[in-house]
Amino acid sequence: MTQAVDPAVRSSEERAAVDARPRRTARRRSSSGRSWWHLVYVAPALATYAFFVIRPLVTSVQYSFYDWNGIGPATWVGLDNYRRILTDSGQLSIVAHAFELMLFFTVVPVALGLVAAALMHGLPRGSFSTVARTVLFIPQVIPLVAAGIVWDWVYSSDGIANQLLSAIGLGGITRPWLADFSTALPAVGLIGSWVMLGLCTLLLLTGITRIDPSLYEAARIDGASRLGEFRHVTLPGLRREIGVCLTVTMIAALASFDIIYISTQGGPGRSTMVPGVEIYRLAFTQREIGQASAMAVILMVVVLATVVPIQRYTQRSDA
Amino acid sequence: MTSALRGQLAGRALLVVFMVLTLVPFVTLFSTALQPAGSIPTGVSWPSDPQWGNFAEAWDLANLSTLTRSSLLIVLGVVPASLLLAALAGYGLATLRVPFANAIFLLFVLGLTIPFESLITPLYYQVQALGLLNTRWALILPLIALYMPFGVFWMRAHFLTVPAELTEAATIDGAGPWRAFRHVHLPLAVPALSSLAILLFLWTWNQFVLAIVMVDDPTKRTMAGALGAFQGQYGTDIVLLSAGALLIMAPTILVFVVFQRQFSRALLQGAVKG
Repeated sequence: MTQAVDPAVRSSEERAAVDARPRRTARRRSSSGRSWWHLVYVAPALATYAFFVIRPLVTSVQYSFYDWNGIGPATWVGLDNYRRILTDSGQLSIVAHAFELMLFFTVVPVALGLVAAALMHGLPRGSFSTVARTVLFIPQVIPLVAAGIVWDWVYSSDGIANQLLSAIGLGGITRPWLADFSTALPAVGLIGSWVMLGLCTLLLLTGITRIDPSLYEAARIDGASRLGEFRHVTLPGLRREIGVCLTVTMIAALASFDIIYISTQGGPGRSTMVPGVEIYRLAFTQREIGQASAMAVILMVVVLATVVPIQRYTQRSDA
Repeated sequence: MTSALRGQLAGRALLVVFMVLTLVPFVTLFSTALQPAGSIPTGVSWPSDPQWGNFAEAWDLANLSTLTRSSLLIVLGVVPASLLLAALAGYGLATLRVPFANAIFLLFVLGLTIPFESLITPLYYQVQALGLLNTRWALILPLIALYMPFGVFWMRAHFLTVPAELTEAATIDGAGPWRAFRHVHLPLAVPALSSLAILLFLWTWNQFVLAIVMVDDPTKRTMAGALGAFQGQYGTDIVLLSAGALLIMAPTILVFVVFQRQFSRALLQGAVKG
């Protein structure tokens, strides 16, 4: 980085140490040799990661500037692939779908999870709460593919969703929920709510138990209502956990693949198409590697732009 | 006091609602799996004559013996190597003075946010160039790398909690960093490593997108990848599909219930992974 000046460093015998430049200059001479040797511990992980993650990452960016069918010669097209995505309302709506999914993957589970965790906080530890924890976690451990299959059946014409609706006299609105243009996206989204609810509830519950009980006492002495207590003690105390919930669920929404691939394949029409499935379709059925890669880069940027501010705001160390 | 009691009651009631919502899809899947094969069942209805044989049939049709073996081979390829590399790197970054430690760590953390789909296209061509397409290595090698950000993140966090005096004591006793790692740090890291192992097992077992891209033959895939193929083949036979889906989920639920303690700890503390 800042390799300039500092003749003391220049005069050092080890040229390599110039690049190393650890911040604690005073100690450098005695420890630098050993430090470099310590890279041996990190090197295997770093090399694997560099070869199978960083390298494809760079290649993805590179591909995105070409028109290539995966076999023949590739033609440089500059930013054309990006222009096509960013000016085509059909392609843009795919990105929009990912954000709509956030409502179900993120907002619903975090909001319900907060309410549930606040209510569960008072419960005595016992077999009931242990069983509840176990049960709520199950959707997190099964393959998302299986979740897709389960819900595909729940939502089908003969499925339990319609069966229940008919039973309570709402037979008029029954339909195959995943095959209907107006309901497919929310229906897919609710699968995400189902998967994420348990995780959020338990994460937030763990956070609540870490809040200093004296804060609650103080609030009570000040005559705070339960709602006031929730707003002024629980919510601020859970900032970190809420941050983690938001991060995890937002990435899951933006990068959703398994559930959609299994339950709707992006259909009906393109009403549930999301970036992940579109990348797969473009790359492996359309053989439009450039387009697929541009979408891949856009997806990465969108994820980073969404997650980094949340991390910044919620994971500050002053909490 | 009464308000606290009311709160407790509301808490319990809400929990029950959440539990029912969580379980209903499984109940309907289970009751469907027991219907006569080829029939067209509805939602939830307990069959008059439960067909337990459906599970055996689904097991054979989905080739689950071969599949279990295949998935276990992939898990065996991924998990031990990942644990070793992540433990070494986490130890290096947390305890030793590695040059550029912060930059290296940041590079790994960046990986936590990368969606697999964003890498899948170049990975495919890279694995093709290595001549590994349609082999289990096409899943094992990339998965080790793709799980590395979380592994390093997790193990570094663990090694940071080890008191520095411990390392100093080992150093005074004349142990180099390697011996301190082997004899002091590694034994203490067993709980963190076993949590990580369970998570990696589940993620590998459940891995889907990589499996369908890299391997055409479902019997060389992960369980989730094979389930996708099974759906494609028997999607119209909802009874068999339900039985197959239950069989493929069962091990994940079993592992979860058995190792619940380590597991929730890992997932709750380490949920940063996307």
